[in-house]
Amino acid sequence: MSTIVNMSRRDVAKGAAFVSGLVLGFHIGGRGLPFAAAATVSRFEPNVYLAIDETGLVTIVAHRSEMGTGIRTDLPLVLADELEADWSRVKIVQAQGDPKYGDQNTDGSRSTWQFYQPMRVAGATARQMLEAAAGQIWRVPTEQCRAEHHAIVHVSDGRRLSFGDLVAAAAALPVPSGSALRFKPPSAWRYVGHPVPIVDLGDIVQGRATYGIDVVVPGMKYASIERCPVYGGTVKSFDAAEALKVAGVERVVELTATPMPSGFNPLGGIAVIADNTWAAQQGRQKLKIEWDYGPNASHDTTSYRADLEATARQAGHAVRQQGDVDSALASSTNHISADYFVPYYAHAPMEVPVAIAHFVGTKCETWAPTQNPQGARTTVAQVLGVPETDVTINVTLLGGGFGRKSKPDYIAEAALLSRQIGAPVKVTWTREDEIRHDYYHAICAQHLEAALDGDGRATAWLHRTVFPPIEATFQPNVTYGSAGELQQGVTDMPYAIANVRCENGPAANHVRIGWYRSVYNIPQAFAVCSFADELAAAAGKDPIEYLRQLLGAPRQLDFKAIGVDYPNYGAPLDVYPVDTGRLRGVLDLVARKSEWGQPLPPRQGRGVAVHRSFLTYVAAVVHVAVGTNGQITIPRVDVAVDCGLVINPDRVRAQFEGATIMGIGNALYSNITVKAGQIEQSNFGDYLVARTDITPSTNVHIVESNAPPGGVGEPGVPPIAPAICNAIYAATGKRIRALPVDPAHLKAT
Amino acid sequence: MPQIRINGFQRDVAGDPQMPLLWALRDILGLTGTKFGCGIGACGACTVHMDGNAVRSCITTLAAAAGHEIITIEGISPDGTHAVQRAWTANNVPQCGYCQPGQIMQAAALLKQTPKPTDQQIVDAMSGNICRCGTYQRIQAAIKSAAESI
Repeated sequence: MSTIVNMSRRDVAKGAAFVSGLVLGFHIGGRGLPFAAAATVSRFEPNVYLAIDETGLVTIVAHRSEMGTGIRTDLPLVLADELEADWSRVKIVQAQGDPKYGDQNTDGSRSTWQFYQPMRVAGATARQMLEAAAGQIWRVPTEQCRAEHHAIVHVSDGRRLSFGDLVAAAAALPVPSGSALRFKPPSAWRYVGHPVPIVDLGDIVQGRATYGIDVVVPGMKYASIERCPVYGGTVKSFDAAEALKVAGVERVVELTATPMPSGFNPLGGIAVIADNTWAAQQGRQKLKIEWDYGPNASHDTTSYRADLEATARQAGHAVRQQGDVDSALASSTNHISADYFVPYYAHAPMEVPVAIAHFVGTKCETWAPTQNPQGARTTVAQVLGVPETDVTINVTLLGGGFGRKSKPDYIAEAALLSRQIGAPVKVTWTREDEIRHDYYHAICAQHLEAALDGDGRATAWLHRTVFPPIEATFQPNVTYGSAGELQQGVTDMPYAIANVRCENGPAANHVRIGWYRSVYNIPQAFAVCSFADELAAAAGKDPIEYLRQLLGAPRQLDFKAIGVDYPNYGAPLDVYPVDTGRLRGVLDLVARKSEWGQPLPPRQGRGVAVHRSFLTYVAAVVHVAVGTNGQITIPRVDVAVDCGLVINPDRVRAQFEGATIMGIGNALYSNITVKAGQIEQSNFGDYLVARTDITPSTNVHIVESNAPPGGVGEPGVPPIAPAICNAIYAATGKRIRALPVDPAHLKAT
Repeated sequence: MPQIRINGFQRDVAGDPQMPLLWALRDILGLTGTKFGCGIGACGACTVHMDGNAVRSCITTLAAAAGHEIITIEGISPDGTHAVQRAWTANNVPQCGYCQPGQIMQAAALLKQTPKPTDQQIVDAMSGNICRCGTYQRIQAAIKSAAESI
């Protein structure tokens, strides 16, 4: 668990604006697994800081990045609650990128489940030291001293000393050991489990919140970079004469391309440096560049899709195997098969990639909206060839992340340019840059087969998935998915079927592939949840009734028994098993809440999908209406969520509302296509995302649970697209097996 | 040098008359509450008021703004208590918050012209403003509650 050291007299608080008082540093072993066995601590590396000054002001460091989930509020809230602090007297300080904070890579929906318990430990430790200090001052046993709303109160005579009055005495005390810690019972929680507004709310609605794009450094220049339209291409030659004539343009410099696979490093290109963003963009349009497009110039999504689909029709590497699928399929009189396709997506966070860097001597200070502050630090140090200790990463608010801002290439661009021009510089991507040079969500083709017996029960399940893996962005010649990618809807298929085989076929990558909110769950849950609905139809059963039958008796998947390497999103399986009972629980809840089974007018229907991802169980029912012209509207969505313990119910609700919108966008609109190696879309005019007109009435139903907390940011996305397409089937009798949905296929005949 | 009245103050903006108002606000005047999202008027993140109407500052040149009254998110209320801001706060609308200044400016212009909008009028007015976090449900609810409070 955690090691806590009293740091009141150490010079540890530099940069975090701490004053004197009680300062505790917390080390959380490894990835800070809560509820897990003790981790070995080899050296002191604090990752969470709490300070209380003599005025009673509590300062808590937010070490995870805020991209809209509310984590910058919710983890400090856990600490404050356990401390028994008054939330209105808590100040949040955003951490710089530094390994002393432990894991800061804010992705994978991990922040709450990894750091909920360490935050409680942090708060309880400080509270007990304050109680002990009061006992010392009053010369009474500590047991008679109890924290209550930012003060320590004597349990029988009601004497009180405020936190601020106690910090000097508390700072001299030994830190209680983990086994001596007493946690507040849930009934005593003031904040956890209650809706609490995010700390940045007031600044946001007044336009005062500082995102990366808003940072200004004195003397700063503005850069816009023209990158090769094809991934892996390089500059043959360029002519900057016309660009340099644009008013405000000061310099044009080449940024060297990183050979493929480029990983987190910059793509390279020609950078125009100016005294404002507009001038840099205008100058860029006047550049004349001759490119060597390189080996990806023939990449074409039409032919590539056909290749992926052909691969999916052939046997691949088996990644899960039970029973004898081939015999069961061959002997079946009711043999169903279907092929599914999901395209590339771009992240399109509303704030484009942007970074400011200032290189002086050997040191580089940066300011950026990054999900991955330590990854940014490592990358910047590597591209500059300086030690990491010479790189400072200041983390701003993020105007959306969705996985894009886990990749720090744009920060490395700014760092290299600052060194090259000898001035601080802000690199601002255009929207066209963002759409055309993204780390794309993987395109994916899948083939599924099943056998049904005479009662419509599934006796065999074959699932083949083919996609370019994310690892190909970092390592050459990687064509097969990792266990971490295959766990997302393939190897964790939860249905009780005797004969199962899951396979993965190879795919070479031709663009940068990266994490996009809920990642491979998007295509793989789309296929699995759509195919389950197809089996229900083939069996002539109600889809929810059929899913209950598929899920079978409540049980935990035994991955050892089925030969599956199951990473479980980084969490221990004994604490976070794959529990089909909880899938059944959210399915039953959404069935009760969604008016499932109630009659609807013609060309309207409801569809259902249920899926576990990021340790959280989600079921969605979507009500769809299909116009005679094929136009889709979505009057209502019901989402049932079992994410274990809920820290901030309003933010959980918000994440599932938002995931519903993003799931709708993935299903109906978004589509990245490639011709001659070049992305065909450029901006929100042709890369479509969900807008307010498609917004359904969205009802989020949260299961009350004391189970360990699961993920919340991502698990709401995967069930939405299959539930929409299953609803379209219910409304029209037409199956959608490729995204985005083409309304032309849905016209009334 | 274009002269523009911004948040009640007459400003001489030292920029190319063809420069979009967005970049002048952000890079020259330091008013960073107005956000860049697309540069082509397709997302609404840069929405400001020009003579009371919602416009996209990323496609409004300084020349076009000259002589007009511009209000940005910083100028809509001295203390963040415009009815729309209050409704946004009460409904906990923002997630990342980046698009919200543009959404708020768009909603404020709608309610100025149509104090009691129908659901369809809300959708029509707000469809040009993208939120990738997906806060549309709460934006619609907040506009309705702001309309009731006005």
